[in-house]
Amino acid sequence: MADEMMEEGGVIKKMMYVNRTAPYGTVYALEALEVVLIGAAFEQDVCMVFIDDGVYQLKKDQDTDGIGMKNFSKTYRALEMYDVEKLYVDKQSLEERGLTEDDLLVDVEIKTTDELTALMEEQEVVMSF
Amino acid sequence: MLHTVNKSPFEKNSFETCLRFAKDGSAILLIEDGVYAALQGTRITPAVEEAMKNKTVYALGPDLAARGVADKVLEGVKVVDYDGFVDLVAENDTVQSWL
Repeated sequence: MADEMMEEGGVIKKMMYVNRTAPYGTVYALEALEVVLIGAAFEQDVCMVFIDDGVYQLKKDQDTDGIGMKNFSKTYRALEMYDVEKLYVDKQSLEERGLTEDDLLVDVEIKTTDELTALMEEQEVVMSF
Repeated sequence: MLHTVNKSPFEKNSFETCLRFAKDGSAILLIEDGVYAALQGTRITPAVEEAMKNKTVYALGPDLAARGVADKVLEGVKVVDYDGFVDLVAENDTVQSWL
């Protein structure tokens, strides 16, 4: 592709990670985080989208002491340090779960369905978890 | 009978189907991602309120806390700990797990 940005011999792609699962019932949310951090290490143009139960990944006040699992919710706050700054949350998914932006543990952009569709269309790579 | 549901009501229809088949007077215990059914102001809340008219709905406290939703539990839902889980299993002759 002629318009691909070249930097230090590498190609920077626009990549989107779509998160649609709740944090602890399956391993998808944790695995997605691992993949995002790997992608960020390769200096890709990364964004994350939280749709459906994926919005629960960002819920404040998670305390996993009682279930014997690692509380990885703090990792979302560290994403900024890895230059993963574009976190988008689906407005409809939040609303049907009775949640608002105040319930979330990190700064995000709340997006409508149409806005997310447009963002998805811009991507070169979309990965679903 | 004790019914347990461990899937999110937004992701699977396990909870909905449990409500369809559970007899009046039965106990429904929400565990793991099933606890998302126990919350206020969600798309599922009206169905839970309706169910609580003739069934008892419990939610496992440690699973609520892990997911950061312990302070959003719907009024009428009884929060139990692991000992309470054991008591429910002991009190009921049979347990049906809706996976």
